[in-house]
Amino acid sequence: MAGFDYQLVEEAAKQLYIGALKFLPPDVTAAIEKAYARETNDTAKGILETILRNIEIAKNEQLLICQDTGLPIFFVKIGSRFPVDGARISAALQRGTKAATLDHPFRGSSTHPISRINPQTSVGKGLPVIHWEFEEQSDLLDILMVPKGSGSENMSAMNMFIPADGVAALKKFVLDTVIKSGGNPCPPGIIGVGIGGTADLVGVLAKKAICRSVGSSNPDPELAEMEQELLEAINATGIGPMGLGGDTTALAVHIESAFTHITLNPVAVNTQCWAARRRRVKIDRDGNMEYGY
Amino acid sequence: MAHHSLTSPFSEADIRALRIRDTVTINGHIFGIRDATQIRIFDEKRPPPVDLKDAACIHTAPSLKKVGDRWEKISIGTTTSTRMERFSPLLIQQYGVRIIIGKAGLLEGSLEAMKRFGACYLAIVGGAAALETTQIEEVEQVYWEDLHPEAIYKLRVKDFGPLIVAMDAHANHLYFDVKRRAIEKLPELYRQIGAG
Repeated sequence: MAGFDYQLVEEAAKQLYIGALKFLPPDVTAAIEKAYARETNDTAKGILETILRNIEIAKNEQLLICQDTGLPIFFVKIGSRFPVDGARISAALQRGTKAATLDHPFRGSSTHPISRINPQTSVGKGLPVIHWEFEEQSDLLDILMVPKGSGSENMSAMNMFIPADGVAALKKFVLDTVIKSGGNPCPPGIIGVGIGGTADLVGVLAKKAICRSVGSSNPDPELAEMEQELLEAINATGIGPMGLGGDTTALAVHIESAFTHITLNPVAVNTQCWAARRRRVKIDRDGNMEYGY
Repeated sequence: MAHHSLTSPFSEADIRALRIRDTVTINGHIFGIRDATQIRIFDEKRPPPVDLKDAACIHTAPSLKKVGDRWEKISIGTTTSTRMERFSPLLIQQYGVRIIIGKAGLLEGSLEAMKRFGACYLAIVGGAAALETTQIEEVEQVYWEDLHPEAIYKLRVKDFGPLIVAMDAHANHLYFDVKRRAIEKLPELYRQIGAG
């Protein structure tokens, strides 16, 4: 497809990043509204009310929902009938991310891991994070952008259990991680759980899990049931919004899984804060763009 | 759960009247500080260039734009306080800070200093930077500009909050209470998920 204009991808990346920082997905806002309606703890109810006020102000005044503009993560799904050059998409996503940071402007958080020097561009070696996926019978380029804040990312946890530990160990690990995290990840958010795969894959699965819309269930009934069971247990801890107590510690638990080795039993938890920001664009072969979540 | 409207500077009596779970709104001034600011004050032993006695400090790294010699707000929000536990008792004891505002709380050392010297920790709703930015009327002054975005920021605020008293001057710690109750419930919750 010689005619495809990669400038479109760069512009989309910029719009996705800025849009994600200002407009919370409707499913997330609806889940917070529901939590507010059923919350019985006064402190918690007050916090949820402030969160809803903040979402409204960000939208109406075009302000950033949260000052932590996070690290940029992209999930790119290339349709089998959309033959494009991945290297050029990758470069365009990096340019768009940098342009969002410099042109808006907002605080860049990407930092050299040893010198700790921050170029204030949100990019650098290895950033943005890009996950590539492919879809049969599709003629779309689907790009999901997730700015991930550090308050929640710092609470990520992974463990390589053994098969003899069973599924019980995985569930216990999720619950323990939530309690240990307390108020740090700005609850109530989404608890993403990866089960199976290898040490690297299980982390990606947990990240994919936080990108699902709130209210969705895993298509596997057994995992869907586990999501519900864990959500109830997590909310029964009473950790509550911002770790200050209450009925709502998580809006959802999402599990993503993969086959693993006969001797492995890995689990990863990726926590997302209440400001569960994400923004999506679908680009067709003619360059039409449809923005969503 | 009383509500208190406080105006800077804050007296010891103002602070000792607060109990955990009370709510507070602030008018007047607060000072933005962060990790790098306190590394300079305490590790490099350079006293802050502004008097922090009876003041409120907030843990922030603001997004600002300098236009001429004025600082315009882009987004001002609050970061996790726990990282700064090491400095906080000293901030209270040596410099007389009365209020520390942040998210996720401080630890035992700070709680002890708060009781001894009459200080408190007020929890803000983390992530709610849009609201916070609109409640900050102006960035009046930036000290130690070379440390930006971790300099010292004098911020004029109006009806700043609602903030929640999470650590009071009577050794009460709301985060610890909540976590302790969660841990007490754990055996029952393990059974509930079939991991008992």
